[in-house]
Amino acid sequence: MFTVPTADVLIQGIISGLLMGCIYALIAAGLSLIFGLMEIVNFAHGEFLMLAMYTAFWMYTLFALDPLLSVPICGGVLFVLGVVTHKGIIRRILGAPMLAQIFATFGLGIFLRAAAQFLWTPDFRQVSEPWVQGPVRLFGVSVGLPQLVSALASLLAFGLLIWFITKTEAGAALEATAQDRQAASLMGINTERMFTLGWGISSACVGVAGAFLASFFYVFPYVGSLFGLLAFVTVALGGFGSIPGSLVAGIMIGVIEVLAGLFIAPAFKYVAVFAIYLVVVLIRPQGLFGKF
Amino acid sequence: MAAAAVADRDGEGARRRFGLGGVVLILLAVVALGFPAFVTLPYHRDLAIRILLFATLAQAWNILAGYCGQISLGHAVYFGTGAYTSSVLQMHLGVNPWIGLVAGAALAVAISQAIGYPCFRLRGHYFAIATIAIGEIVHTLAINWDFIGGARGLTLPIRKDSLLAFQFHGTKFIYYYIALALMVVCFLGAWHIQRSRIGYYLRAIREDTDAAQSVGIPVTRYKLIAMAVSAAFVSVGGSFYAQYVLYMDPDSVFPLSLSILVCVLTVVGGVGTLWGPLVGTALMIPLSEFTRIQFGGTGSGVDLLIYGALLTFVAVFQPTGLVGLVTRRRGR
Repeated sequence: MFTVPTADVLIQGIISGLLMGCIYALIAAGLSLIFGLMEIVNFAHGEFLMLAMYTAFWMYTLFALDPLLSVPICGGVLFVLGVVTHKGIIRRILGAPMLAQIFATFGLGIFLRAAAQFLWTPDFRQVSEPWVQGPVRLFGVSVGLPQLVSALASLLAFGLLIWFITKTEAGAALEATAQDRQAASLMGINTERMFTLGWGISSACVGVAGAFLASFFYVFPYVGSLFGLLAFVTVALGGFGSIPGSLVAGIMIGVIEVLAGLFIAPAFKYVAVFAIYLVVVLIRPQGLFGKF
Repeated sequence: MAAAAVADRDGEGARRRFGLGGVVLILLAVVALGFPAFVTLPYHRDLAIRILLFATLAQAWNILAGYCGQISLGHAVYFGTGAYTSSVLQMHLGVNPWIGLVAGAALAVAISQAIGYPCFRLRGHYFAIATIAIGEIVHTLAINWDFIGGARGLTLPIRKDSLLAFQFHGTKFIYYYIALALMVVCFLGAWHIQRSRIGYYLRAIREDTDAAQSVGIPVTRYKLIAMAVSAAFVSVGGSFYAQYVLYMDPDSVFPLSLSILVCVLTVVGGVGTLWGPLVGTALMIPLSEFTRIQFGGTGSGVDLLIYGALLTFVAVFQPTGLVGLVTRRRGR
């Protein structure tokens, strides 16, 4: 059942796992931000990512715009989608029972997935000639260039996000709202605006991640299911509401996935990810960095 | 005097309510039992059987999620357990499918306790996400387990018609009556739970777990009881499905989409209500068939478009579902 890979393959695998993990982390960061802010899980998060990937794909197909250039466009489109989702749905269910909170975004996810399938068929599509493609050799290890670029960009976006939250006034207001909604509101912070901003930023994060993913991953209506599920697991593992937690957990998951694929079998890579997630949350229900 | 008048009025109200409800119930029973007499097309018969099967699954999910508030998004695990247990026992050991059905339910209950005991420490979203993860693990394991047929699935051998063999090829309406009986038993089970002490405990846990704990309700034990009952019914539904279709593979009995469908049917009909799962299923399954006929089956996904929109709409604007619309009007 177990196979032992050679050292070369192992190093190669770990590096590609690290790179993928950075992208997982950026996707999860948005989810975590929303949860920290208002204790709501966006079950349509994966579908938001899918829409960002389609945006990048259509920009490429219709206007010959490379996915790297669509990054700001995808970020902007998704920012608007996040704001609209908050104004149209989330605002109305803030005080609602758990069940309504879960199924409001869950239904949105099913809807968006079916809409993508209806409009653009279930075909797998691909950006055929992206600017960055093919492998590069780095310190004797061969690394996918798009993965490398995406991972570095994800880290950069992650850094920007943390800078925004910790160093700017709007970020401080966001953090204050997350800590105590009522106290923040007494201090003159418009919490409703903070929620809107939070949804915008959260969705913009997946927008950026989606544009990068589109340069090396197939685009199809169900692509969000897998990434969404991994994002939930990442956030739960890192601790809901903890943004540094999602970075650590995202990278962990990227590496576990590759190691399980190498040591056990590729078919079991997500089984290993989910199993380790379960073990961690059963020992530490609040996740690695969660405060509860 | 006044008190007596009030009591009398209440009694009268209750009688009148029973009168209306009773008539509706009797009508429903007549239609359900006489259904085979009106219907000749196999397509309609199949549709009715699937409505009854899904109403059972939805009601079972409702016991755990609706009454107890524990949102499981991995109920396909129990469905697949039921389907595979009765079938594997039958094919490898020649066990009678009815005994297999009971064995499947027992195994599903055991699995539900093994999942529930650790996972009930997680609350709300955390529990929901953990159940998705477990569902995906089981799905993948089933695909890769050759003993139970792996990704190729299992085809049950065709036997001579008999109640004992649980196969009916001459008159498939016997499947209809078995599904009806299953649905009614599950419905009565939910009804009994709703009006007994357990039902009050479960609803107390749903409304406020900490408060329920502090007044002395053994929270975990009652969550586990709800989970066991729910898993058993879903598993029996799975065994029935296996005997009805005579073929199963992991993608048809273990998928996440099945777990989700069961939630959608219940939530749209009215989660936490007795009639919600039945009403939701009776409307949504034919709706999905209708769109499939209108728009073609392959890939358009119009039914899911409607399901998703309805789910969000119900969750935001009408948390008690379609059933809530009726009861609210009557309450006024």
